[in-house]
Amino acid sequence: MNDIKITPEIVKEHGLTEAEYDRIVSAMGREPNYTELGIYSVMWSEHCSYKSSRFHLKKLPTEAPWVICGPGENAGVIDIGDGQAVIFKMESHNHPSYIEPYQGAATGVGGILRDVFTMGARPVANMNALRFGEPSHPKTKHLLAGVVEGIGGYGNCVGVPTVGGETNFDPSYNGNILVNAMTVGLADKDKIFYSAAAGVGNPVVYVGSKTGRDGIHGATMASAEFTEDSEEKRPTVQVGDPFTEKLLIEACLELMATDAIIAIQDMGAAGLTSSSVEMASKGGVGFELNLDKVPQREANMTPYEMCLSESQERMLMVLKPGREEMAQAIFEKWELDFAVIGEITDTGKLTLTFGGDIVGDMPIASLVEDAPEYERPYTPTPTRPTADVPAVNDLNKAVMDMVGGPHLCSRRWIWEQYDHMVMGDTIGRPGGDAAVVRVHGTDKALAISTDVSPRYCFANPVEGGRQAVAETWRNITAVGGMPLAITNCLNFGNPERKDIMGQFVGCLEGMGEACRALDYPIVSGNVSLYNETNGSGILPTPAIGGVGILKNADARATINFKAEGDTILLIGETKDELGASLYQKQLLGEDSGMPPHVDLTIERRNGDFVRALIENGQVSTCHDLSDGGLIAGLADMAIAGSMGASVTLNDDQPLHVSLFSETQARYLISADDATAEDIRREAKDAGIPVTILGKTGGKCLNVNDGTIDIAMSDLTSAHRDWMPNFMKNAS
Amino acid sequence: MKARIHVTLKNGVLDPQGKAIEHALSNMGFGGVDEARQGKFIELELSETDKDKAHENVDAMCRKLLANTVIENYSIELE
Amino acid sequence: MKSAVIVFPGSNCDRDMAVALTKITGNKPLMVWHQETDFDTVDFIALPGGFSYGDYLRCGAMSAKSNIMKEVIRRAEDGVPIFGVCNGFQVLTETGLLPGALMRNANLSFVCKDVKMTVANNDTMFTADYAEDEEILIPVAHHDGNYFADENTLDTLEGEGQVAFRYNEDINGAQRAIAGITNKRGNILGMMPHPERMIEPALGGSDGRKLFTSVMNRLS
Repeated sequence: MNDIKITPEIVKEHGLTEAEYDRIVSAMGREPNYTELGIYSVMWSEHCSYKSSRFHLKKLPTEAPWVICGPGENAGVIDIGDGQAVIFKMESHNHPSYIEPYQGAATGVGGILRDVFTMGARPVANMNALRFGEPSHPKTKHLLAGVVEGIGGYGNCVGVPTVGGETNFDPSYNGNILVNAMTVGLADKDKIFYSAAAGVGNPVVYVGSKTGRDGIHGATMASAEFTEDSEEKRPTVQVGDPFTEKLLIEACLELMATDAIIAIQDMGAAGLTSSSVEMASKGGVGFELNLDKVPQREANMTPYEMCLSESQERMLMVLKPGREEMAQAIFEKWELDFAVIGEITDTGKLTLTFGGDIVGDMPIASLVEDAPEYERPYTPTPTRPTADVPAVNDLNKAVMDMVGGPHLCSRRWIWEQYDHMVMGDTIGRPGGDAAVVRVHGTDKALAISTDVSPRYCFANPVEGGRQAVAETWRNITAVGGMPLAITNCLNFGNPERKDIMGQFVGCLEGMGEACRALDYPIVSGNVSLYNETNGSGILPTPAIGGVGILKNADARATINFKAEGDTILLIGETKDELGASLYQKQLLGEDSGMPPHVDLTIERRNGDFVRALIENGQVSTCHDLSDGGLIAGLADMAIAGSMGASVTLNDDQPLHVSLFSETQARYLISADDATAEDIRREAKDAGIPVTILGKTGGKCLNVNDGTIDIAMSDLTSAHRDWMPNFMKNAS
Repeated sequence: MKARIHVTLKNGVLDPQGKAIEHALSNMGFGGVDEARQGKFIELELSETDKDKAHENVDAMCRKLLANTVIENYSIELE
Repeated sequence: MKSAVIVFPGSNCDRDMAVALTKITGNKPLMVWHQETDFDTVDFIALPGGFSYGDYLRCGAMSAKSNIMKEVIRRAEDGVPIFGVCNGFQVLTETGLLPGALMRNANLSFVCKDVKMTVANNDTMFTADYAEDEEILIPVAHHDGNYFADENTLDTLEGEGQVAFRYNEDINGAQRAIAGITNKRGNILGMMPHPERMIEPALGGSDGRKLFTSVMNRLS
C-alpha cells in the first residue's frame, strides 16, 4: 500500500489542505508515504489537533488550589480531600451517532470511560448531554431510541451507573444530533496515572481487544461537514464491546495497584497512532513499534489500517522493564490480549516496522507541535434589540403545553433504560437538579450536572457561555453541593465561517468569565466542530459538565415537596427576561431579544446562601429555576412530591412575566413555617431578595386565587406521558 | 468441516423481538407477513472429518450450551 | 453467617452484594472467581447481578457452564442456600437448578426502576421475616427478566408455593407476574429484582434487608 503515489486527490480525501500537505513535506524533508500521510491526516485533524480552537482554548481558566491536573491529559483531576481525587471528562460522539445511533452512542460511552480509568480511577458515574432534531422530524424518534439504547447497552453492561443528563430538541439538530458523554471516576490522589512515556528501552505494551478494520478515518470523519451521502459512510463506525471494556477496567485497575506502569493511554480516535504519538510527545522520547506484533482480528491488515484503526477497548502502556510477565498474567486472567509491540527510543521519532521493513518514520514533534494552528477570522454575533414578549390568552393551557411538552416533560422514559443504581451509591437519582453519588465508603458525595441552553448561546454567545457554566454551578448548589470544576464539550458548526467562529469565541469568553467569578475552573474537555449539514449549522452548544462535593451526604436537598402546608419561598429576583425564553420559542414560535443576563456576583451570592441553608439542615427541598421559569420549577416540585401548591405572584409585573421569565440565580425552596420565617429574615439580613410565595398541598397547582388552576392529576400525567407517547412505535 | 446451526424459539414461546419485526414490517407497508420469528445462526469450523461424529459432537454442543432447550429448538447442517 | 459471592467475568453487582452482606451479616463474604473449582465451606452462596460474558449467546448461559458452577450445584444438592439475583437468577435457570427461562422483556427495553411487588410465599427460608402478602418496594434493572415456563411448570410452581415474589404490575411480560421462585426443596431462590440495592433509606428504602435477615435467622 505504501507504493501508492500521493496525488492531490488522495491528500484531499485525507482532509488535508494543500498548504497543510506542504507543511508535512517540509517537516519530514521528503514526501510522506501512504501510511505516513494517513497518520499526519489524523494527527492534524480538527479532532486530534484542535487546530481551529487551540488559540481560544488557551484563554480559559484551568487552575485552582484543588486542581491536580487540568486539560491536556486523558481527563481532568481534582482533589476532594482525604487523599481522594475525582477524575472526569466529557466527550462528543456526534457524527458516529447520527450514522449509527446505537453503536455511535455506545462507543462514545466506552471511549469516555477509558479516558477516565486510564488515569487510575474507577468510573463511578456516567452522565450525558443529548440533542436531537425537532420531534416531528422523521429521523428523531429513531435516533433518540437508538442513542438511548446504545448508552444503556454499554453503561449497563460495564456496571457504571448512568445517573443523569439532559435531552433537548431543536430543528437545528435535525441533521446533526449531539451525543456528549461524561464519566466521573474516583482514585487515590497518590495513584494517578499519566500518559508521558519515559525510559529508553522500556517496553511498549498493547492490551485489550484485537485490532480490526473498524472506524478507519473516524477522526477525520468527526472533523468534516456532513453531506446527504454521509450515511454511506456506515462501515467506518466502530462496534463497541462493553463486556471486554468491563474486563479491561478490572485488569487495568489490578495492574495499577502494582508499580509496574510508567505511562498509560487509551486508544481512542485514531487509535494506535494518536496514543503512541501523544505518549512519546509528552515524554519527549521516540517510539519504535513492530506492527507484526499488533494483535489482529482480521487477516492481511496493512500498516495503514493498523495505525488508523479505531477498534475499541484497547490501551497502550509503557511498563517498567522486567514487569511484563506479571502484567501479562493479569491480562490473561481477564482473557484479554497482551503484546509487547515495541520500545521507547531516544530518536524523537515514531518508527514503524512491518515484515522487516521500515514503513513509517516521522518526527514526533512535527506530528504534534508542528500541527497547524489557525486563528480563524470571526465576526462577533450582533447584539439583539430587546424584545417585547406578549402574554398568551390562556395561561392554564400555556402551563399544560409547556410542562406536558417535549422540552419540559419528564425524561423518565430515557433514564429508566439506564441502570442508574448499580454500585450502590446513587443517592440522588435522575430527575433532580444534579445527580448525587456517594464517595464509596465515606460520608461524602459527588454532585454532577450537565447543562447548556443553546437558545441563549445563539442569541448572545457571551451570555450563553456564562449561563451554561452558571447553570451547572446552580444545579450542584441546589442539591447542597460545593461546585469544584467543570469539563466541557464544545459543539459548534463550521469554524471556517466567520459567524460560527464568532459564536465559538463569544461562548468561550462567557464561559471563562463565569469560571473565574465562580472559582470553577475547566479541567478537561473536547471540541466538536463542523456540526453542519449542507451549510446549516447547529445552535452553538457548549455543553458543560460540572462536578461538586457534598461533605455530608445526609445534608442534601431534592426537588420534591415533602409535606403539605410547607411554605414556598423564592430566593432571587424575577426580572422581565422573556427574550430567547422557552415561553417565547415554544408558545409564540419566536426567537428574539436578549437572553437573561447572568450577573455572576448575584449568582454566587444567592447560591452560597442557598447552599448554606442545605448544609446546615434548614432546607431539604430546593429546585433551581431555568427553562420555563418559576411556574416550570413549581410544577416539577409539585409533581415530584405528589401534591399541589398555591402561590400568589404580585411582583408588579405582568403575570406571564412572573410565571415564565428565565431570570437567572433563582431557587425555589420549601420548609415548615417557622424555618421559612427564619430563612426570610436571614435572607433579608444578607441583602438577598426573598419572597414568600405560598403553600404546598392540595390537589391543584393554583396561582393567584385561581387565575391558574390545574388539577395535579392532569399536570402529572401530561408531564409523565409526553415522551412515552411520542416514542411509541419507534424503531 | 463447517457446521451451521439455527437456533429458534419453540412454538408457543412468546418472541417479543419477532413481534417487533412483524410490527415494523407492517408499519413500513410490507403486507402479507403473517408472523416473524427471530432466531440465531451460529457457524462452527470443525476439524472433525467424519460426518456422523461431527453431528454427534455438534448435537451435544447445542444441548449443552448453544441452545436452551427449555425455550429453543435447534437444527444442524454440516458441509 | 459466612457467605460467598461468585464472580463471573462481567458480573457487576458483586460488590453491591458483598456490601449488603457485610452490612447486614457483619461478615465480609468470600469472593470466589469463576475459574475456581472449590472454596471454603460457607453458609450461603450468592450469584450476583451483572452481565456475565456480556449476556452473549443467552444471559447466564456461559456462566452456567463454568468450573465454579459444578461446585455450586454440588453444594445446592447438600442443601446450602443459594441466592441468585438478576443475572444470578438467569444462571440458575440455565443450570437447571431452577425451572423456566428468562427472556427478553416484552417491550424489548432495559428497565431500571423501583417496583412494587408482593411476597407470594413467606414460608421460605428467604422470606420468613416478611409478612404474608407483604407489599415491598425493590428495584429491578434488567433487559431479560421476562419469566417463561410451560403451563404445567407454572401450575406446579404455584401449587408447591415456589413462587416467592410477584410483581404488582406488568414490568417485563413475566408469566403470572413472577419475579422470583424457589426450587422444590426451598434452598435455592432466584429473583430478578435487586434486594441488595434496597438496604438503607439513603438508597430509597430498606425493604431488601428482610431477605438477608430471614436467611440469617434461619441459619442461627
